[in-house]
Amino acid sequence: MKYIWLIPLLPGLGALVNGVVGIRAFSRKASGLLACATMTVALGLSLAAFWQLLALPTGARAYDVVIAQWIPKIPLATRNGFAAFEVPWGFRLDPLSGMMLLVVTGIGLLIHVYSTAYMADEPRGGVARFFCYLNLFCFFMLMLVLGNNFLVMFVGWEGVGLCSYLLIGYWYEKKSAADAGKKAFITNRIGDWGFVLGVFLVYYTFGTFDFRAVQNAAAAMPIETHFGVLSAICLLLFVGAIGKSAQIPLYVWLPDAMEGPTPVSALIHAATMVTAGVYMVGRNAVLFSHAPMVMEIVAIVGVLTALMAASIGLVQYDIKRVLAYSTVSQLGYMFTAMGVGAFSAGAFHLMTHAFFKALLFLGSGSVIHAVAGEQDMRHMGGLKKYQPVTFATMMIGTLSIAGIVPLAGFFSKDEILSRAFLANKAVWVIAVLTAFMTAFYMFRLMSMTFFGNYRGPAWETTGHGAAALAATHGVKHPADPHAHGRAQRSDHEVTHGPAEPHDETGKDDHAHAQGHGPWHGPHESPAAMTYPLQALAVGAIIAGFVGIPAALGGGNTIEKFLEPSFTAAAASETAGAEVRPRTDATEEHETAHVSAAVEIGLMAFSVLVALAGISLAYKVYVTSPEISEQLAERWAGAHRLLLNKYYVDELYNGTIIAGTMAGGRKLWTFDRNVVDGAVNGTSWLTVISSWFSGLTDRTVVDGLVNFIGWIVQEGSLLFRRFQTGLVQNYALLMLFGIFAFVSIYLFVR
Amino acid sequence: MITPVHYMLLSAALFIIGVVGVMVRKNIIIIFMSIELILNAVNINLVAFSAQLQNGIGQVFAIFVIAVAAAEAAVGLGIILAFYRNKETINIDEMNLMRS
Amino acid sequence: MAQAIAFYFIAACILGFAVLVVTTRDTVHSVLFLVLDFLFVAALYVLLGAQFLAAIQVLVYAGGIVVLYLFVVMLVNLKRPPEAHEDPHRRTKLGFGLAAAVLLELGAIAVYGSVNPAAPMPATPAIPVSGNTEQVGWLLYTSYLIPFEIASMLLLVAMIGAIVLAKREL
Repeated sequence: MKYIWLIPLLPGLGALVNGVVGIRAFSRKASGLLACATMTVALGLSLAAFWQLLALPTGARAYDVVIAQWIPKIPLATRNGFAAFEVPWGFRLDPLSGMMLLVVTGIGLLIHVYSTAYMADEPRGGVARFFCYLNLFCFFMLMLVLGNNFLVMFVGWEGVGLCSYLLIGYWYEKKSAADAGKKAFITNRIGDWGFVLGVFLVYYTFGTFDFRAVQNAAAAMPIETHFGVLSAICLLLFVGAIGKSAQIPLYVWLPDAMEGPTPVSALIHAATMVTAGVYMVGRNAVLFSHAPMVMEIVAIVGVLTALMAASIGLVQYDIKRVLAYSTVSQLGYMFTAMGVGAFSAGAFHLMTHAFFKALLFLGSGSVIHAVAGEQDMRHMGGLKKYQPVTFATMMIGTLSIAGIVPLAGFFSKDEILSRAFLANKAVWVIAVLTAFMTAFYMFRLMSMTFFGNYRGPAWETTGHGAAALAATHGVKHPADPHAHGRAQRSDHEVTHGPAEPHDETGKDDHAHAQGHGPWHGPHESPAAMTYPLQALAVGAIIAGFVGIPAALGGGNTIEKFLEPSFTAAAASETAGAEVRPRTDATEEHETAHVSAAVEIGLMAFSVLVALAGISLAYKVYVTSPEISEQLAERWAGAHRLLLNKYYVDELYNGTIIAGTMAGGRKLWTFDRNVVDGAVNGTSWLTVISSWFSGLTDRTVVDGLVNFIGWIVQEGSLLFRRFQTGLVQNYALLMLFGIFAFVSIYLFVR
Repeated sequence: MITPVHYMLLSAALFIIGVVGVMVRKNIIIIFMSIELILNAVNINLVAFSAQLQNGIGQVFAIFVIAVAAAEAAVGLGIILAFYRNKETINIDEMNLMRS
Repeated sequence: MAQAIAFYFIAACILGFAVLVVTTRDTVHSVLFLVLDFLFVAALYVLLGAQFLAAIQVLVYAGGIVVLYLFVVMLVNLKRPPEAHEDPHRRTKLGFGLAAAVLLELGAIAVYGSVNPAAPMPATPAIPVSGNTEQVGWLLYTSYLIPFEIASMLLLVAMIGAIVLAKREL
C-alpha cells in the first residue's frame, strides 16, 4: 500500500517511453506490449493495495501517501484569516478510491489488450501514439482517483480532459474528429471553470485542499437551509461534474466524442473519465449532503439527463451514438443517485456501469470491425451467426444494462430506483420511464445488429479485385442520404473508422499481409478482442453480487464498504473519540430499507418494466419490422425531434455560438469604428496640434533664439576685438588693470 | 639717507622694466626672464618693508615668492620645450593655436 | 653715506642689467645679464640686512633657475630668429604708454608717501630670536608653517609637471 503512488506513475512512464521513443522506434507489437505491461503491473499493485485495504478494520480504511511537496507553504488569505497554502503530491487509498482504482486499472488493462488488436491496422507510429495517449490517460485518471486533495485531483481532472481531446481527435486528418475533439475540450472547459472556482472557494472557506480536512470541517458546519457558502461550493463543483460527466446542458460533446477509436469510447467515454464527475461528487459527499438545495439540483439534472438521453437513444441509427446516449443516460442515473443522497448506490452503479458499458462499447467495436467500419445499424443485421462470441457477450451486457435479475445492472439500478422512490416519487417515475427506454433502445440495438437478415453490402468471396475494393468503399457512403436526416450527415464521415488510414497511406501490401485488405464479409474478431469481451461479460454478471440488497438476503457489502468514504469522521483515526456528525447519507441509510416488501415490489416492477421494454423492442424490430416505420410515420414530428437530438446542437449553434460570433463581430465593428476612430481622431488631433506647435516653434521660439543670438553677435563686436589670440595683448589688459587699480589708489585714497 | 621710498622707486622701475620686456619681446624665454624681473621687484619691495618694520614676515613672503618663481620657471620652461618640439618655434606670436 | 653710495650703485646696476636683459638680442647674453642682475639684487638684500634671503637668491635664482634657463636656451636649437614673425595686432606702443603711466603713478605714490608719511604701524610682537636667519626660520616654522608646507607641495607638483611636460614621448 506504500507504493500506491507507483500505480499512476507506471502508465505515465509507459506513456513517456511510448511518446518519446515509441513513435519513431517501436513496432506495433512493442508499443502495445509496453502499454499493456504497465497496466498489468498497475493492476497488480492495485489489487495488492486493495487487498491490504480490505484487511484493515472498517473504520480505518484510509491510507495516505505523500511523495513530495508540490507547492511549499505560502500564507494566503482565507475567510478566517491566513492559512498556509500548501499542496503535497499526496495520494489516498480509501474504499471509494480503491473501487475506482480497480475499475480504472482493470477495465483499462482489458481495453489496452483489446486495442492491440483493434488498432492493428494503424500505421506504426500511430499505434505508439495511440498507446501513449491511452497510457497517459490512465496516468491522469489514476491521479484523479488517488489524489488526496483538490489540486492533485484537478491535475488529473485536466489531464484526462486533455487525453480525451487527444484521443477523440486521434484521426486528426478527419475534420469531424478534430472538431469533435475541440468540442469536447471546450465544453469540458466550461465545466472546469466551475470546478476551479469551486476549488478556490473551498480554499477560501476552509483554508485547505485536503479532502479529509475539508470533510471534517464541513461536517462541523450546519446543514444549510438557505443558499450558503457550502451550497455555492457544491454548485460550482457540480458545474465541473456536469462538464466532465456530460449532463444537461453540457452533454453535447459526448455523442460527438464517438469520433474517437472505439476502445477510447469504451475506456474514456463510458467507463472512467465521464464517471469522474460522479466520483468527484461522491468524494465530496459530506459537502453535498450539507447543501440539500444543490442535492435537489443534482437529482433533477441527473434524472432529466437520463430521460432526455434515453429518448434520443431510441431513434439513433449509429451504433456508437446509441451507446453514447445510453452512457449519458446512465450517468444521469448516477447523478440521480447522488442527488437523492444514495452516494454508495451511485458509486455502485458507476462500477457496474463501467463493466457493462465498456463491454457494450467493445462489442460494438467488434461489430464495426467485422463490417469494415460501418457504424449505421441499418446496414447491419443478422450478425449473430458471424459473431457468436460478440453476440453472446453483448447480450449479457444488454441484459445487464436493462436490469434483468441476476446481472450487475439490476442490483445497482434497482438500488438507485428504490432510493429514488423513497426520496421523491416524481424522480422515481422518470427513472423508471428511463429504465424502460433503456431496455427498449438497447434491445433495439441488439435486434438491428444481430437479429434479422443481413442488410449490408455484398462482399467478394474470392480474390481481391477492383470490384471488391469498390464494394468495400461503397459501404462507407450509402446511396440514401435523405434517410439519415440532416443532423446525421456527419455520421458518414464517422463510418470511415479504423479502415481508413491504411487506405490513405496506400500501404495495401502491408494490409494484405495483416489479412484486412479486401473485406471478406463479417467475421468474428481476433482473440485479443474477444477475450476482453468475455472478461467484461463475466464482470457484468458478477459485479452486482457485491451489492445484493438486504431485501434479497444479501448484505449489500458494497454499500457498507463504501460508506466510510461518504461520511466525515469515519476516515479519521479518532473516529471513536469524536461525536460523529450525522449527515444526510447516514440518515438516509437508516431509513432506506424500512420496508423489504416495498423494495421487493419495486424490484419486481423494474424488472417487469425492463422486460416490457425488451419485448416491445423485439416485437417492433425482429418479429414485425414494419411497425417501426409506421410508428415513425405516425409520430413523425416526435421522431424527427428525437433523431435530431432535440435540436440541442442547433440550439447551441443558434444561441451561444452564433451569439458569441455575433458578439465578436459587434466587438470587431466597435473596434473598427469607435476604437480605430478614436485612435485615428487622436492622431489627427496630434497632427493638427503639432502643425500649430511647429508654427509656433518656427516663429516664436526660433525668433527668440535668433534674436538672442543677434544681440550677442552685435554686442560682441566690441569684445571680439580683444580676442586676438595674442598673449601679449592679454598681458596688456592685465597691465591696464594694474593701471586702473593704481589710479584708483592714487586718486581715491 | 636711504628711505623705503628709494627702494619703492627702485622696485617700481624694475617692475616697469619687466613689464616692458613682457610687452615688447617676442622670444618667450626672454618674456619669462622679464617675469623673473617683476618678481624680483616685488621681492625688493617686500624685503625693504621687512627691514623698515623690523620683522621677518616680508622676508618669509619673499621666500614664498621665490618658491613660486621656481615652480613657475620649471613648468613654464617645460611647456616651452614641449611647444618647441611640436612647432619648432618659441615666438609668442605664433602661439595662437586657440585663435579661431 | 657709504650705505647711500652702495644703494645707488647697486640700484644702477640692477636697473642697467635689467634693461640689458630685456633688450639684448642674443638670448644667451640675456640670461647672463639676468644672473648679474640677480646677484646685485642679492647684494641689495644684504644691504637691507636680509642675509638669509640673499643666500637663497644666489642659490635658487642664480644657481638654479638661471641654469634651467640656460639649459632651455641651449635645447631649443633655433633655426630662424625667434623675433621674425610679427603679428599685426600687437599693441606695443600702447603697452609702452601704459607702462610709463604706471611708472609715473607709482613714482607719484612713492613721493606722496614720503611727503605725507603714514601713521606708524603698531609694534609687532617681539620675536624671541635674534639674527636674520633664525628670525626667518622661526617664522617659517611657527606662524607660516602651513603655507611653507603648501609651498613645498607646490614645488613637488611643479617638478612632476615639468618632468611630464619635458618628456620626449608624452
